[in-house]
Amino acid sequence: MKEHRMRRWVLLALFSGLFIAVISSTGLWETTLRFLFPQESQVLHPRASLIVLVMEHLSLVAISSSLTILIGLPIGIWVTRPGGRNFLPLVTDLTSFGQTFPPVAVLALAVPMLGFGLPPTIAALFLYGLLPVVRNTIAGLSAVPPGSLETAYGMGMSQWQALFRVEIPLSARIILAGVRTSVVINIGTAMIGAVIGAGGLGSPIIAGLVQDNLAFILEGAIPAAMLAILADQLLANIEGSFAYPGQSP
Amino acid sequence: MIRLEHVTKVYGETVAVNDLSIEIEKGEVCILIGPSGCGKTTTLRVTNRLLEPTSGHIFIDGRDICQIRPERLRRSIGYAIQSVGLFPHLTVAANIATVPELLHWGKDDIARRVEELLILVGLNPVEYAWKYPSQLSGGEAQRIGVARALAADPPILLMDEPFGAVDPLTRERLQAQFIRIQQELKKTVIMVTHDLDEAIRLADRIAIMELGRLVQYDTPETILSRPANKFVHDFVGTDRALKRLSRIGIGNFIRPCPSVKTSDSIKEVAAAIGSRRSVWVVNDEGRPIGWIDQSRLSESVTARETIFSGDIHEIALTNQATLREALSRMLGQGFKSIPVVDDKARLIGEITLHDVEAATADGEA
Ligand SMILES: Nc1ncnc2c1ncn2[C@@H]1O[C@H](COP(=O)(O)OP(=O)(O)O)[C@@H](O)[C@H]1O
Ligand SMILES: [Mg+2]
Repeated sequence: MKEHRMRRWVLLALFSGLFIAVISSTGLWETTLRFLFPQESQVLHPRASLIVLVMEHLSLVAISSSLTILIGLPIGIWVTRPGGRNFLPLVTDLTSFGQTFPPVAVLALAVPMLGFGLPPTIAALFLYGLLPVVRNTIAGLSAVPPGSLETAYGMGMSQWQALFRVEIPLSARIILAGVRTSVVINIGTAMIGAVIGAGGLGSPIIAGLVQDNLAFILEGAIPAAMLAILADQLLANIEGSFAYPGQSP
Repeated sequence: MIRLEHVTKVYGETVAVNDLSIEIEKGEVCILIGPSGCGKTTTLRVTNRLLEPTSGHIFIDGRDICQIRPERLRRSIGYAIQSVGLFPHLTVAANIATVPELLHWGKDDIARRVEELLILVGLNPVEYAWKYPSQLSGGEAQRIGVARALAADPPILLMDEPFGAVDPLTRERLQAQFIRIQQELKKTVIMVTHDLDEAIRLADRIAIMELGRLVQYDTPETILSRPANKFVHDFVGTDRALKRLSRIGIGNFIRPCPSVKTSDSIKEVAAAIGSRRSVWVVNDEGRPIGWIDQSRLSESVTARETIFSGDIHEIALTNQATLREALSRMLGQGFKSIPVVDDKARLIGEITLHDVEAATADGEA
């Protein structure tokens, strides 16, 4: 069990190394893309290097996902407490609504209020990623065995102690699975930021679509796909570290 | 000492507990029993303020518990429930350490205490401390649940059907262990059960409840011999005489009896049997290994040739057994007497069917 987990971390480290090598070897990209698309005059997006694009993309995802977690987690916890239980249906409805709303529409609505660039993109990504986090937090906390909760209080834990010593550790994997879904979705959705000038890996893709340049599209799509796999594996590994014997997988 | 005064708990239309007054003496085991839904669990849960009573007061050592912060109160009261409620993400050791940790005990004290408790409930610390709850059998989990409730050495224990979820054999063992531990620790215990035999075996006093009301609160002997009303009478059932036997230890009924050794001659055996039907045979350490029937005496010359050797462990009783166990052995084996051994398995006497019958008749009168 332990060995298996160790191996997964090693694999992740190797894959991260590969990813960094790939995005920093501009020469390799240039040669490969020129070979594949000899008819294009330009094969790399001129605005910024791939590393800069990846960094922009990462910061979009990092800021919006942090917000999602910082706000989604407490919401999920609050509506499963006696004091907030009345708001449970409302919150569930609102977050599902947030996800059925197309992110482009959020952008369109946000631009008049927040202007162009980072703020409206972050707002859209935040709203879009909220559902999986809130939903899984609620599901995880509701799945805590009633007997465990009963004895937690029966032995004299306060509400906070029961939450942090029993409920969150027991639901950590389900909550983190929600975070994982949210982050992976966010990495894909963050592409739309480029439409309103927030940069990121969406820039070469949009430019490629507009100019009908497949090389640009690949320059954005390949690192984005790798990034999504990387984030997925990283979070899966963190999730795994909360496993205990006998847990339903 | 625990005292409930006119405690009532209402849920909407349901009166779960109705004007319940009861007093539990220090060091006594009080068992709440009654049909499902009669308010046993509710009574237990108002006693550690997991629930607030609708009206009434509860005193522990003369102090109204509504003046004690619930968390503080609960840390001084052990709590064990049927579904055990062990924390599945924590090891056995960490589970047992829960309350000591809430009370900020030192690491070494906690480790020592965990080891002590595992030994107390009969589990090897080296083997069990690092297991997770999913790696335990039902009986082991129940024991850990009890150990955890005892962790901070609370003077009071509340137990809601603590032996409810295990097979009958395991339950029997857990009950025996509970009796042993209680003799040693003398906690004030309120235990809920729906098993009358369990109540009779473990309780100093039994509280019989019906529809939220206390119907009778008495020693098991009194409940069995003088049921307060028809409800209790029916609840106790028709085999009251038999049930009462399980409250009576065989200690006072052991009679000295003759025994012979395998090396004895037939003459010696015959002398030992006298007018009896049979005689027990013991080995050099004095442990019973079989018996000799009078009818076989004429056929042989040494004891060795006439001995019936059964599995004596299935026949002999220890001096801690009850009359009910003695009777059940006699019926099971078709014997009119059963050898009794001390804790080193040496023969100390026997108990006869005649004495059991006499004890039963005494109670009926
Ligand atoms: N939280 C609750 N809400 C409403 N009714 C309850 C609740 N808890 C218990 N009851 C009712 O109170 C009565 C007593 O319940 P309980 O104390 O659990 O009984 P017991 O433990 O003797 O089976 C039952 O009729 C039960 O349905
Ligand atoms: Mg109950």
